[in-house]
Amino acid sequence: MTDRDQTISEDELHAYVDGELPANRRSAVEAWLAVHGDDAARVAAWRAQAELIRKRYGGVASEVPPKRLQVERLTRSRRGWMAAAVAAVLVAFIAGGAAGWFARGAEAASPSDLDRFTADALEAYRLYVVEVRHPVEVPGDQRPHLVEWLSKRLGSPLRAPELERMGLKLVGGRLLPGPTGATAFFMYEGPSGERFTLYCGRTSDHEMALRYTTGTQNAAYYWVDQNVAYVLSGPAERDKLHDIAQAAYDQIDTRTPPQGG
Amino acid sequence: MSEFRQRVEAAIPALRRYARALTRDSETADDIVQDTLVRALRSEHLFHDGDVRAWLYTILTNLNRNRLRSLSRRPTLTPIKDSDAAMTGPDTGSRDIARALDDLAEDQRAALLLVVLEGLTYREVAEVQGVPIGTVMSRLARARMQIKAYLDGERPALRRVK
Repeated sequence: MTDRDQTISEDELHAYVDGELPANRRSAVEAWLAVHGDDAARVAAWRAQAELIRKRYGGVASEVPPKRLQVERLTRSRRGWMAAAVAAVLVAFIAGGAAGWFARGAEAASPSDLDRFTADALEAYRLYVVEVRHPVEVPGDQRPHLVEWLSKRLGSPLRAPELERMGLKLVGGRLLPGPTGATAFFMYEGPSGERFTLYCGRTSDHEMALRYTTGTQNAAYYWVDQNVAYVLSGPAERDKLHDIAQAAYDQIDTRTPPQGG
Repeated sequence: MSEFRQRVEAAIPALRRYARALTRDSETADDIVQDTLVRALRSEHLFHDGDVRAWLYTILTNLNRNRLRSLSRRPTLTPIKDSDAAMTGPDTGSRDIARALDDLAEDQRAALLLVVLEGLTYREVAEVQGVPIGTVMSRLARARMQIKAYLDGERPALRRVK
């Protein structure tokens, strides 16, 4: 009984229940369950749970889907919603002290724009990242126009980084109010719908390299270059976010090479 | 209709089932399915001969996480479900599986549903969730432990403050 080879791990019990266990381990698990009543009870409970879930929701798959989910209909109206990507109401965004929750996570040594920018940028991220039909004011296929417009409003030459090689497509951008006036907001999207946003606004902060700040769900990299603060926001997966921020940072940094003096 | 679109269409009933269990609300579920389909159809050109079904599950899972993120900015605390006296009777039907699912963390709920309801393999779930298989298994284990505790009538654990 104390033979280590015969010990069955909890992972194997799950794999057994889910039909993922290699055939040659199945009889070992069954022998184990025959003499370990507590494990047998757990396995039975897990099976019962699965049964309850299937009983409760399995029938949905036999329903006739509503018309709005027909592929035919969705492909026909595609051009419609693309064209409809126009300005959204921003009042809700400005109202409310939205910065509070994030300020807890930010490490602010001195009074700087970092807190306000990251809080506002994450708020904008959370507000727009869920939008399907109107995530941006100007779609990404009008990149030159978008960048020119936002640069003008910001009063600083901007650039929407090319992140295609990271699998991210420019969805587009919009103009937003920010801590120091007009800010530019670019949205990128990966093939599975994950979204990242780059928020840019003027700042009096000094040059600053990448800084990471995180909330409970989202995270951001903040940096400053040529009196413009950038906040790249996305899901709180640090490595991925870092790679994207680094790519954006590099592109923006090399935009104006050092003048050598 | 292209083969891609046919495969998308064929997946709709299962997507609705998954979304319904994930959100426990039929209207919200169909909204998410619709958003999933819009994205998939828009990105048809990006799709090269992979598993359409798994890709759709990935989009739907991401969209629901995005949705919950946007919801989580409103309250700082979520109510503890069993504080309602009417729901804590000894053997009422209220301790049902939907409430048990309600109390799970989103990633655990998605992992469990993809396995037991949608019949995905651990490997497929790992791809959908973008995590190693070991993480899928620990999500599964935690989900099952918590549901069991709930159905056995224990007080649910305090929910994490979002």
